[in-house]
Amino acid sequence: MSRAHIVTSPAEAVAGIEDGSTVLVGGFGMAGMPVTLIDALIEQGASDLTIVSNNAGNGDTGLAALLAAGRVRKVICSFPRQHDSYVFDGLYRSGKLELEVVPQGNLAERMRAAGAGIGAFYCPTGVGTPLAEGKEQRTIDGRDYVLEYPIRGDYALIGAQTADPMGNLVYRKTARNFGPVMATAARTTIAEVRETVGLGEIDPEAVVTPGIYVDRILDLSALASQEVAS
Amino acid sequence: MSIAVAATQTIEHLDRGPLSKDELAALVARDIPQGSYVNLGIGQPTMVADHLGADSGIVLHTENGMLGMGRAARDEEVDPDLTNAGKIPVTELPGAAYFHHADSFAMMRGGHLDVCVLGAFQVSAAGDLANWHTGAPDAIPAVGGAMDLAIGAKDVFVMMTLFAKDGSPKLVPRCTYPLTGVDCVSRVYTDRALFLVGTEGATVVETFGMSMEELDERLDIELHTL
Repeated sequence: MSRAHIVTSPAEAVAGIEDGSTVLVGGFGMAGMPVTLIDALIEQGASDLTIVSNNAGNGDTGLAALLAAGRVRKVICSFPRQHDSYVFDGLYRSGKLELEVVPQGNLAERMRAAGAGIGAFYCPTGVGTPLAEGKEQRTIDGRDYVLEYPIRGDYALIGAQTADPMGNLVYRKTARNFGPVMATAARTTIAEVRETVGLGEIDPEAVVTPGIYVDRILDLSALASQEVAS
Repeated sequence: MSIAVAATQTIEHLDRGPLSKDELAALVARDIPQGSYVNLGIGQPTMVADHLGADSGIVLHTENGMLGMGRAARDEEVDPDLTNAGKIPVTELPGAAYFHHADSFAMMRGGHLDVCVLGAFQVSAAGDLANWHTGAPDAIPAVGGAMDLAIGAKDVFVMMTLFAKDGSPKLVPRCTYPLTGVDCVSRVYTDRALFLVGTEGATVVETFGMSMEELDERLDIELHTL
């Protein structure tokens, strides 16, 4: 099924995520972090996951809680170490977590390549640094480049501001960050949104992520009103 | 393409001590041309923003997806959806634009940014940069956008103290810390002197509370003058 589907519960949103999956998780710090979907993933129980995200969790919530629950085998990120990344730090230092550090722009571009059907690309970032060691290099027009491969996700969990029934998404301010790129790079993209609007209510010129990239939508405002009703 | 230096000869400011952090930020701000697109790295480089005049026409880029970033947010202005690359809440200026991460780094890598200001552990006289990892065995590696920024902007300015806490120079013949980028820095702004660096080595533009002779004594590199 290719058309976006509006789900009614967090459990339905993350249903079927298999053990061993690669999951792209949006957000830059807490901005754009799909906390409700991550909590649902913890509840759902999938383990042995590879998580691709800019950071490796802040405090005890969101990604940090998923790590603390022991569900993650490997983290691919640009910046794991933060003042409040103690959950990650502890697991990494005790050897319970594999880490691949990727320059932030390469992280984004490698997912963009996955979503755009690019086999690999030559990138100038990291030439002559430890992160380029062992990678194929080439000089083009006198400049050195490193060959970088796509990062594909089985699933993407992202946060957005508004969705319509087509799955079109609009984001808000810098909470957009990795969302649009991750949406293209995963086999199944799951978005939590703050509101859904009717068909035609998002200006087509303002759509950031076209619905073709989106599979499941969880409307947080509808969840909140369900809770009030019950 | 580097920004040209205004000074025609090396100036030794001997009637004063080293620059304060605030004075150093003001010095960097002085040298950023009007109308530039600029990225200020996390930490001390952020202070440069306080010295950019409102009429400078300078547009700030933050790699988490924004052009036209304003000052830090206060009180009710704080919005969790609007932060800078250091995850500090900020404000937006009229004419601001938001974009996703791949676009944000494409505009950086693609050479559209004029100036980037970064902190550093070490810079070599040839312009190599080390600012992401001390190489200590127990340190958790974290690179963020440092490598992308180092090779992306047309001019990379480094802002740092000239000497580490143990007195060893941070402008060195060859970086001993793991590199962030090769031959990427064009200027090094320090509390003791302003240097141009690159394939022709290090040239002193100005000194602060130190003579050329003293600088020469404390650094292990050959120093040129304007």
